[in-house]
Amino acid sequence: MKKMRFLMMMCLVALMAIGSLIPTAVAQDEKVLNILYWQAASTLNTFLGGGTKDQDPSALILEPLAGYDQDGILFPRLAEEIPTVENGGISEDLTQITWTLKEGLVWSDGTPVTSADVVFTGNYCMNPETGCAWANQFAGVTNIEAIDERSITVTFESTTPYPYGPFVSVFSPILQAAQFEGCEGANAQSCTEQNFGPIGTGPFMVEEFRANDVVTFVRNPNYREEGKPYFDRVIWKGGGDAESAARAVLETGEADYAWNLQISPDVLTAMESAGNGQVVVGFAVNVERILVNQTNPDPALGDDRSSYMDGNNPHPFLTDPVVWKAMSMAIDRSLISEQLYGAAGQPTCNIIPAPPIYASPNNDDCLVQDLDGAIAMLDEAGIVDSDGDGVREYNGIPMSILYQTSTNAVRQDTQALVKQWWEQLGLDVELRNIDSAVFFGGDPASPDTYGKFYADVEMFTNGAPGTDPQGYLGNWRSSEISGPDNNWLGNNVPRFYSEEYDALYAQLSETSVIEDRAALAIQMNDLLVQTGAYIPLVHRGSASAHANSLAGVLINPWDNEMWNIADWTRIE
Amino acid sequence: MGKYIIRRLLTAIPTILVISFVIFAILELSPSDPTGQLPLTIPPETREKIREALGANDPFLVKYTKWVVQFFYTEPLNVFESATGITLPGSEDRTRIISWQTRGPVVDIIVERLPQTIWVVGSAYVLGVLIAVPIGVFSAYKQYSWFDQVGTFLMMIGFSVPTFFTGLLFIIIFSVNLKWFPSIYDTTLVVKDIETLQLQLKQIFMPVTVLTLFYTAQISRYTRASTLDNLGQDYIRTARSKGLSERVVITRHAVRNSLIPVVTLIALGIPGIFAGAIITEQIFRVNGIGQYLIIAIQGGDLPTVQTITFIFAVLVVFFNIVADVLYGVLDPRVVYN
Repeated sequence: MKKMRFLMMMCLVALMAIGSLIPTAVAQDEKVLNILYWQAASTLNTFLGGGTKDQDPSALILEPLAGYDQDGILFPRLAEEIPTVENGGISEDLTQITWTLKEGLVWSDGTPVTSADVVFTGNYCMNPETGCAWANQFAGVTNIEAIDERSITVTFESTTPYPYGPFVSVFSPILQAAQFEGCEGANAQSCTEQNFGPIGTGPFMVEEFRANDVVTFVRNPNYREEGKPYFDRVIWKGGGDAESAARAVLETGEADYAWNLQISPDVLTAMESAGNGQVVVGFAVNVERILVNQTNPDPALGDDRSSYMDGNNPHPFLTDPVVWKAMSMAIDRSLISEQLYGAAGQPTCNIIPAPPIYASPNNDDCLVQDLDGAIAMLDEAGIVDSDGDGVREYNGIPMSILYQTSTNAVRQDTQALVKQWWEQLGLDVELRNIDSAVFFGGDPASPDTYGKFYADVEMFTNGAPGTDPQGYLGNWRSSEISGPDNNWLGNNVPRFYSEEYDALYAQLSETSVIEDRAALAIQMNDLLVQTGAYIPLVHRGSASAHANSLAGVLINPWDNEMWNIADWTRIE
Repeated sequence: MGKYIIRRLLTAIPTILVISFVIFAILELSPSDPTGQLPLTIPPETREKIREALGANDPFLVKYTKWVVQFFYTEPLNVFESATGITLPGSEDRTRIISWQTRGPVVDIIVERLPQTIWVVGSAYVLGVLIAVPIGVFSAYKQYSWFDQVGTFLMMIGFSVPTFFTGLLFIIIFSVNLKWFPSIYDTTLVVKDIETLQLQLKQIFMPVTVLTLFYTAQISRYTRASTLDNLGQDYIRTARSKGLSERVVITRHAVRNSLIPVVTLIALGIPGIFAGAIITEQIFRVNGIGQYLIIAIQGGDLPTVQTITFIFAVLVVFFNIVADVLYGVLDPRVVYN
């Protein structure tokens, strides 16, 4: 028995030894691109997807009528041109927009793309039973109609100065009506074949899809641009973590492109110095910020904790401008950005840091830390430590702060730094972190969600999807205040209330001239930051890495990173 | 013995039903949300519609009964259909257990991932057993010799050092520096000739070694202890004094009896193969069932977690019965009635 086992082991070892000696001949005639996303794709139907990890692979197949380029400028994809008021594409009263498809467009199976596909897609996502993740792109749409074979008119319920929501960008691509027929509404869940292998107009088509694992794409023979794409095959692998993904591109060369490398900046720089690849960073609107609770989260209030209650439950001390201004002045944003985010972060004092026309120039004094000034400010206002325990009191209440965020190494490091500065100010700071699935979840029974805000301050990242900030700014209207009546799912999490803000928003939704919109957006941003609802920290970019042999990569944080994959080539 | 087996199998059924209910209740009460991982830019009304479309808002008993019917009736029929190709009546109307993340059938994905889990974790387990038993026996035979001391030391390391450390170490040494083996597992590789077999062996080398170290450490300690027990017994002394050669004494008498508890331990460890080595699968991107389970837990995907955990529970119950029966078969002193 022992001899048999020994013999078997020796055979196995011999096989492996022989195996490693014989050079493996790989078929060199196919041009293969290896992409590594450390969160694997769960579905290829963008409308049912769970974020970037599903949108980006589906962007190789499905395309919208128009998209944003790397600078955030709108350009036509399936449409002939961008409709505007000048060229008659948008009606004078700003309630209708008409798109016209390019001539001669075909799906990857050879059938022509018609306006019926566009109309179908709109109805598919607007159907409430589908559970469409990007239904918000169609907010305010009352009707989508095909005028002829290639033209569609979208009608909004009221004046919509920025009508480029439906069918624009990665959040709203066009599905083939013939393939997805019968998949609307409640049936969306059971159309697995369609969801895992949609037919599209993009440079590639699906060959094999393994959920949460790997997707194999092959070239689309009916792609509209001659000679493109360069690659015959794309292998989209998922799984693992960000650090090993960076290693696979920058050190071992097993992958050509890796996404979302949220790792320590010195580790990333060290890997880049190996010389196999480079890191590219794209900045959109994402800002890591501290929310200041305008209401009282005291547990003694029971069910009324952190409830707005028409302004009758203000926070005991965080609503005082002296206090939150001092807290903001005490933070060294440059240090946080350099040490914890590296090339993928820049210090910021605005909730809307980009595009440049929307970025307010009025708050940049916060970029310099002024701890002494902050201490002096508190002392002058009479907020001192009267009982000698090291913690200041505000009207007799000790200034004790609960600071919560999600579980994430970089966030915990940020918390430690900020706690240090605030304790120097004379505040008592308690740190807490909660698992992200719970913190960002919407369970009304859980006390730990960001919407419940059962803490004094909390921290996370959010940003506007796309270049126009109107929808995003609408989050802070007083009607959106998060509370028991909307199951704590309201977007106005800090419970910010300002009649001036509501009025500015109403004005914004009727203004169409870009410069005027920008001016209004800046005013609204200033209101949020200068009244203490937010303490912005870092303008976050997304860092990806690609092999040096890969050419044509233009990182695009406004739409999706695969927007120009048809143009990517291998440097021979 | 036959009656004993039947009795155990019958008592297993209510056990399994209770287990399924408890698992479902725990998952239901947990605060996870299937829309928790979606981008924050999706407004709450949309999230609510997504939850409704998934069936996440149905009452607890409705969800549980639906799942029980789907798991015990619909899914076996579907598996039967895909295995044999015969279409049974009512095939289109059958609703399958749908994953909330992928919107695809859970069982299909599990079947898709079985190959890589079995290739990596299964072969690591087999290899671990093959290496551990001789090491354990020899360590016991030559107790306190240099082989025993070195073996004990190595096994202690294999047991204590976590797999994410050894895995990372292997990647740095073998993938980054030496560039011998790939650090990313290609699940689409189909073994059809000598070349693809080479590639397959290359890509399973590192994860299998990491796991084998772990399994060998456990099993060899147990084998050593069991063999030591038996070597001290009287019947060994009798065999020696009868004039039998050392080799026969060890292989025909000592090892056989020492292996009885070890075999039952191995049988109890087999369900663990199915659960996959979660950490190792993540590190090497093997993307087997363990990785699927962890992604489902993080994404609040209740049907998937329920199905995988329940299959695992069924396997544990079943292999417990197997281990007990084996014990009765191998050890003539044990009698079941």
